[in-house]
Amino acid sequence: MTAPRDPGLQPERTRLAWRRTTLSYAVAAVLAVRNVLHGGVSATSVVVVALCCSLWLGFLWVAHHRIRALATSARPTALAPRHTTAAVLCVVATAVCAAALVV
Amino acid sequence: MIEFVRNVRLWFAPDLVREEGDTPDYRFSLANERTFLAWLRTALALIGGGFAVDQFLPDLRWAWRVGLALALLGAGVLCSLRAVNHWVRCERAMRKGEDLPVSRFPALLSLVVAVVAVAMVVVVLVGWEG
Repeated sequence: MTAPRDPGLQPERTRLAWRRTTLSYAVAAVLAVRNVLHGGVSATSVVVVALCCSLWLGFLWVAHHRIRALATSARPTALAPRHTTAAVLCVVATAVCAAALVV
Repeated sequence: MIEFVRNVRLWFAPDLVREEGDTPDYRFSLANERTFLAWLRTALALIGGGFAVDQFLPDLRWAWRVGLALALLGAGVLCSLRAVNHWVRCERAMRKGEDLPVSRFPALLSLVVAVVAVAMVVVVLVGWEG
């Protein structure tokens, strides 16, 4: 299934960009968990943090799909707008959760 | 404004983007995708910053702490929405062979980050005294 190598390693760089972004997202999610552990556990905050973690999983899923598409094709097609939108909506929803935790 | 609404429609409709123009070299699309991801990381860093203000400056008065945190979180939301919008605009420009869109957003974001940074310095100095 391996595709011929692109001399500029564009698919690899894009794959790593997805990985970096997922990692940054994980840091934000860990900070959300830390917020609850230090700020007192209540039913609402646990639900909000669980939501943050599932949003991170959603992002991971989008990233995983994209990485698979990049790995299996020699000429990967452009990212589909619905994947872009899904990724952005995860991030926006996390920000809203964060606002709920902070206030 | 109408242009923006049109772009929002394109966020959700993959086929509409492909209707106009020709498919550019896949490397350009991938470069556009990496730029989008870089903006998304910036947004995530701002969101992480919002959490950090809340957690690592516990001595601040509530209003300042929550205000700063919300400012950073709001900047994160704006940044991520702008990321997808800019990605769509670039993708369309490349397909139609037009110039890539220019944007005031990077300058605006730098100003906001600079102002928040100055505010943090002031707040930390004043907050620890008072």
